[in-house]
Amino acid sequence: MSVEYEVVIGLEVHTELKTKTKIFCSCPTEFGSEENTHVCPVCLGLPGVLPVLNKRVLEFAVRTGLALDCQIAGFSKFDRKNYFYPDLPKAYQISQYDLPICYHGCLEIEIGGAAKKIGITRIHMEEDAGKLVHDGATINTSAYSLGDYNRAGVPLLEIVSEPDLRSPEEARIYLEKLKAILEYIDVSDVKMEEGSLRCDANISLRPQGAKTLGTKAEIKNMNSFKALQKALEYEIERQRKILEKGGRIIQETRTWDDAQGVTASMRSKEEAHDYRYFPDPDLVPLVVDPQWVKEIKDSLPELPDTKRKRLTSEMALPDYDARIITGSKALADFFDRVVAGYNEPKTVSNWMMGELLRLLNAKGIEIDKCKVTPENFAALLQIQADGTISGTMAKTVFEEMFSTGQDPALIIREKGLVQISDEGILAGVIDKVIAANPQSVADYKAGKEKTLGSLVGQVMKETKGQANPRIVNKLLKEKLPLFPA
Amino acid sequence: MALIDLTAHELKDLLQKNKISSEELTREYLNRISILDEKIRAFVTVTGELALQQAGKIDQRRAAGEALGALAGIPMALKDNMCTRGVKTTCSSQILNNFIPPYDAAVTERLLTAGAVLVGKCNMDEFAMGSSTENSGFFKTKNPYDEKAVPGGSSGGSAAAVAASEAVYTLGSDTGGSIRQPAAFCGVVGLKPTYGVVSRYGLIAYASSLDQIGPLTKDITDCALVLNEIAGPDPRDSTSAPVEKPDYTSFLSNGIKGLRIGLPKEYMGEGIAPGVASCLKQAAAKLEELGAVCEETSLPHTEYAMPAYYIIATAEASSNLARYDGVRYGLRIQGGDIIDMFKKTRGAGFGTEVKRRIMLGTYALSTGYYEAYYLKALKVRTLVKDDFDRAFTKYDCLLTPTAPTTAFRFGEKSQDPLAMYLQDVCTIPINLAGVPALSLPFGLLQGLPVGIQLIGKAFGEGTLLRVGYALEQNSALTRPRPDRLGAM
Repeated sequence: MSVEYEVVIGLEVHTELKTKTKIFCSCPTEFGSEENTHVCPVCLGLPGVLPVLNKRVLEFAVRTGLALDCQIAGFSKFDRKNYFYPDLPKAYQISQYDLPICYHGCLEIEIGGAAKKIGITRIHMEEDAGKLVHDGATINTSAYSLGDYNRAGVPLLEIVSEPDLRSPEEARIYLEKLKAILEYIDVSDVKMEEGSLRCDANISLRPQGAKTLGTKAEIKNMNSFKALQKALEYEIERQRKILEKGGRIIQETRTWDDAQGVTASMRSKEEAHDYRYFPDPDLVPLVVDPQWVKEIKDSLPELPDTKRKRLTSEMALPDYDARIITGSKALADFFDRVVAGYNEPKTVSNWMMGELLRLLNAKGIEIDKCKVTPENFAALLQIQADGTISGTMAKTVFEEMFSTGQDPALIIREKGLVQISDEGILAGVIDKVIAANPQSVADYKAGKEKTLGSLVGQVMKETKGQANPRIVNKLLKEKLPLFPA
Repeated sequence: MALIDLTAHELKDLLQKNKISSEELTREYLNRISILDEKIRAFVTVTGELALQQAGKIDQRRAAGEALGALAGIPMALKDNMCTRGVKTTCSSQILNNFIPPYDAAVTERLLTAGAVLVGKCNMDEFAMGSSTENSGFFKTKNPYDEKAVPGGSSGGSAAAVAASEAVYTLGSDTGGSIRQPAAFCGVVGLKPTYGVVSRYGLIAYASSLDQIGPLTKDITDCALVLNEIAGPDPRDSTSAPVEKPDYTSFLSNGIKGLRIGLPKEYMGEGIAPGVASCLKQAAAKLEELGAVCEETSLPHTEYAMPAYYIIATAEASSNLARYDGVRYGLRIQGGDIIDMFKKTRGAGFGTEVKRRIMLGTYALSTGYYEAYYLKALKVRTLVKDDFDRAFTKYDCLLTPTAPTTAFRFGEKSQDPLAMYLQDVCTIPINLAGVPALSLPFGLLQGLPVGIQLIGKAFGEGTLLRVGYALEQNSALTRPRPDRLGAM
């Protein structure tokens, strides 16, 4: 009889904070600049220099802790994590070891329609390392390696979850939710592809019902949500096969190879570094003023869950729509701004769920790169509501706006897309259509009401789509009474 | 009296009255260095050209009627672990033998802003680890009182330079006695200020929680003048105390009537040379004569201070010195792979004592040993500090020897690390407690100076200067001169 295994996953998420300057010096944190242009003696770890904490980093950490329901430590400190690697200028990373700034938090995710609380063990502040570019495949097979220290000293938060996740899907949902929250509170760009959001996973299996945890493997190098899920799925199968054969899992660090779709061993527990943590004597302990924490708490923006509830209860949006819209801060902000210009949330939501997301997905564009401004979007909806253009025309205009970013009024004018609502003009066209389609008219009069649609279609065709369909309908019905008086 | 025998405050008067120019004075000192330093070897780098440029500028500014600070135009030198922009800063280590910092240390910046003239960088025990300057990665510095004797350490070059009048004053750094013990051996005044009074920005770290920069001077007044320039908060050093500095010269004439001075018995026990003990008794007698009340007291945890120090200091050092890996600056010895390059570079770049301390510290911080060593040492540190706190509820300051003996001979202790470490038995507890202490010459023993140490409460530098000044004004024993220099 085969054993049923329970999957146990905990995530360690690193997020780069979008403070203007680095954590211990005043170099800019900007991504993508020329190599070694955002460096100074402090972030290069030159002899004799000293770190000074950027208070914004502490503020962002506290803000994140509060958004994740954490306790904020009244007393906290920085420690040194010692290891040799050429991307680490001081040969130690300033981090927090036993007294992190935030602890005991939680994040609620929804899985299979049910809410589930995932514990947050701790959140701590630390500095990022530099980047190495090797001449060959690895540092030890290269004739030379080049170092870029622009990233050295960029502030990071490490957010550690409890081992509360029970499937790769839960892990992915947790990470997506965490990303949305970090976006909402505006502390990070959370771009996995730029490395401003990174995720490691601890994963183990245990027989269903077991109380103790199985031996875990730590998985690194998962650079997308998809990679996270795939790597964990792979790792579950790998561990399950070992266990089913009566084997033992080795505690080790494994790296995900996205191209091969496998995890491979990086180092075993025996090879693990002894980081020799100790309190950094160059920095003083942090004593956080509760009043300051309260101020930060009061200034927190609306978080995704609260916002979603507001969209469904106050704006009568379907839960599914509200979930999609609040799933990313950029989308939610876009929604808010469109509604600010056109106060029909339901219509706005329909348009976003329909046209906007369809086009974004089709073109593979992120909302923040979308050329349609919320203001133009609102203007379009208003023009349609005024009856100037039909719904079909509005969709055409929207597509044009999406590809050019132009003003809807301009597009309508240039394309001569104005809707014809003049009954006199339309009556003339209708008369022509009636005369040209005797069979349809006869059918209609005989009671085939659906035939009216084809007559409307003919009118639209005659007017190149510019006729106001509502008025065409009305006029046709007037001209072709079903039951003659 | 010759120019080179004058103190900074005496020279200040001459400069202000235009009796001499800074350039003239600087040339005098550079000339002295060029004649004497072949023997003394106090300097790793002499910055003659730079010094003359700086002196010339000060003379111009003075001629233009600008109001200049007390130290403007006066030649000084820095221990070679304080960064000087554009001037090689080596820590007397092969691993940094080509390092030219692109920035000034806070103290460098403050002194240069005050118009000081930098004549050079002083030799030291490599990375400030040692008590004789024999651990310099370059060469040994001689004691100006006796060429066969060490100058003390680790600021041996800084102390010898002042004693030999190769600089009017110097700065040293003190992690466990590295200003005070060489000051005592070379017969000059040395002050280790309260931890946090002088910014450590740009001081190449040995043990960050203990390191503190301070002056080595010819007398107490100069000590106060130099401290006036280098003390005070610095936003670039998180451990810099947010305390505004007083005018330290204001403490120099208050007298010491009624002051309570404790003599901790633990500093007078085994290992203290009888001659040193008797100098200390004479100093106590002099203080009583001047109206102070001296009595024996106890700092019961003294004996644990040294082991705690050698864990805390080496632990911090093991981490502080890890950055010297040959990757970005300093010495690089190519290796087969990156780890091999690290090993070869560090193997060739660091001396024996530095390696010993890195290994000790690495061990103390390792998993499984951290609690037994590092954490325990931190607890001992608290007990040592509590001893001082208790003593200062009763006493205004404490009086002890600075070092157990006078300057010893080259090679005498260099093969026995423990014997060398015992040199700092009287000075180490002060660094652990973070309080200030001053070493003042008080007599000669067989031609070698004896130093006495005054220990004050945190930010109590003023009291130390006041007591030191009273002794200096009333006893010729505080002003030894290395008479044999001419014969060297």
